[in-house]
Amino acid sequence: MYTFSSKLRVVAIALIIIGAIGVAYGFMTSHKSLDEVKEMIAHEEAGHHGGGHEANSDTHSVAEAHEGTHDEGADSHAEAGEHHGDEHAKHVQHQLENRPWSALYVAAFFFFMIALGVLAFYAIQFAAQAGWSPVLFRVMEAITAYVLPGALIVLAIAVASGIIGHYNIFIWMDPDMVDPTSEKYDALVAGKSGFLNMTGFIIRGLIFIAGWSLYRHFARKFSIAQDNADDNRNFKKSFRIAAGFLVFYIYTESMMSWDWIMSVDPHWFSTLFGWYVFASMFVSGITVIAMMTMYLKSRGHLPFVNDSHLHDLAKFMFGISIFWTYLWFSQFMLIWYSNIPEEVTYFVTRFQDYQLPFLGMVVMNFVFPLLVLMNSDYKRIPWFVVMAGIVILCGHYIDVFNMIMPATVGDRWFIGIPEISSILLFAGLFIFIVFTALTKAPLLAKRNPFIKESEHFHY
Amino acid sequence: MEASKVIHAIYTDDDVLMAAVKKVKSAHHHIEEIYTPFPVHGLDKAMGLAPTRIAITSFLYGCVGLTVAIVMMNFIMIQDWPQNIGGKPSFSYIENMPAFVPIMFELTVFFAAHLMVITFYLRSRMWPFKKAENPDPRTTDDHFLMEIPVHNNEKELSDLLKETGAVEINLIDKAH
Repeated sequence: MYTFSSKLRVVAIALIIIGAIGVAYGFMTSHKSLDEVKEMIAHEEAGHHGGGHEANSDTHSVAEAHEGTHDEGADSHAEAGEHHGDEHAKHVQHQLENRPWSALYVAAFFFFMIALGVLAFYAIQFAAQAGWSPVLFRVMEAITAYVLPGALIVLAIAVASGIIGHYNIFIWMDPDMVDPTSEKYDALVAGKSGFLNMTGFIIRGLIFIAGWSLYRHFARKFSIAQDNADDNRNFKKSFRIAAGFLVFYIYTESMMSWDWIMSVDPHWFSTLFGWYVFASMFVSGITVIAMMTMYLKSRGHLPFVNDSHLHDLAKFMFGISIFWTYLWFSQFMLIWYSNIPEEVTYFVTRFQDYQLPFLGMVVMNFVFPLLVLMNSDYKRIPWFVVMAGIVILCGHYIDVFNMIMPATVGDRWFIGIPEISSILLFAGLFIFIVFTALTKAPLLAKRNPFIKESEHFHY
Repeated sequence: MEASKVIHAIYTDDDVLMAAVKKVKSAHHHIEEIYTPFPVHGLDKAMGLAPTRIAITSFLYGCVGLTVAIVMMNFIMIQDWPQNIGGKPSFSYIENMPAFVPIMFELTVFFAAHLMVITFYLRSRMWPFKKAENPDPRTTDDHFLMEIPVHNNEKELSDLLKETGAVEINLIDKAH
């Protein structure tokens, strides 16, 4: 049995407290009065381009692209007369208010996505009756303990941003957008309101979470029951529910990605978005399995894990990183090629306002793992895999950042106190829940029918 | 040409063969070659063969393929007959690069895969119409053959091999 070392527990709690303080600070300082915002804009314009806003057609189209996807109706920009200054300032004011919400949401989603990716990976091991991985099952089970709390937190933040907040993440939650008499009325969002409405959003979210958690609950139960069983009945049950879960998962994961991520840009849509998010969560999840396994092994808790297991995990990190790039590029290339305005604004915003994180992410998620993990021998060197893993995890945090932030804070992004504090908060929570779950069962699933094969796994 | 003698020890099971290889190696005899009907996992390590360098050639071939794709698409689509790609007539390679990525990827894989196979065949000294070097046709069916050069230690070797479970031990005069 593993005992949660008090040192790690202190680290986790410290991360939660520091993170919570930073998040609170982010929320408290996010509200700026209109005059403050105007002063800030004037200051920036003096610094960057003296001409002012309308003179520069590039900046103008960016602003329009924002507003097309954001709360101010796109039409309001046409009468860009004397009110423009006020409108723009209001827009910026709202973006500044969105920032702590979005930062919290991105970090919450990132850690939740790790746990869900691991849950899918775990189910695949059972459905495929994989022989190499059973020695890692307890690590995977511990990580999936975060699925339920993590998913509830993500859903809670999303709903709170519409109820407590001022539609800070999902603008379609604003009832004015579907009210034809309102000046904020948006025909496209109104057309989607059959799907995109608060009640449906909550009900769907709860169905997804219930399904994932039910599978996790029973898979864990059968796995522990199998430890002291005389036959393989529990394993067979786990095999059956894993196959069923994977079908449920691939539908709900896709729908979850539309609901929880894609709808931040309610005008924009991409048909392979679900796969794209899946690739991101899968590679992040596998990376966390590898890093946690190496951490536990370095402490002497996993003597049965050998470097062939590490090699296989690193191969998955390498392969799924390439898979992620394939989907990222497929989504980008089709939209770039066809160049349809309503689709291409998504990438225009990212190239103009998010160039560094958007292209930096491709380097971190593709070029770096490709070059670092290509050599077979390097996949067995723990510190090498840890280094690659840290870069991959940062890259996929930025990936989620790039999915949410352009729609909510536009060009007012920065990775500062709200973002880093949110990461610390959820990292602390993740470590706390995962390592607590790890103490609940022996670290070796000793009666798994494939455990001998796994212990002797040799590549 | 010097005539040398070799021993051909024949086994009928890959596990017995693996154990035999380890024993022969630990007795410090050089194993010239082993003929098997299928790849035996770990045999190369047990024989003490140097690790393969085919992965390095594969990487280099991939780089060649990538370069060919870039140069080729630049010539075809930009230089020789400038194309309006996706309604964006920029006639610049870098701006149209996304359209060429699938080709760059495919040619990288194509070059790496094909040239790697050809390299493997040549390195194994196999080419069309080559006569089989295989000393015993049974090694293509269900027998494993270990070839060990003899340096006046025939007796000692055949005793050792018998001990390891060889079903047949033949002394062969091999003309080099």
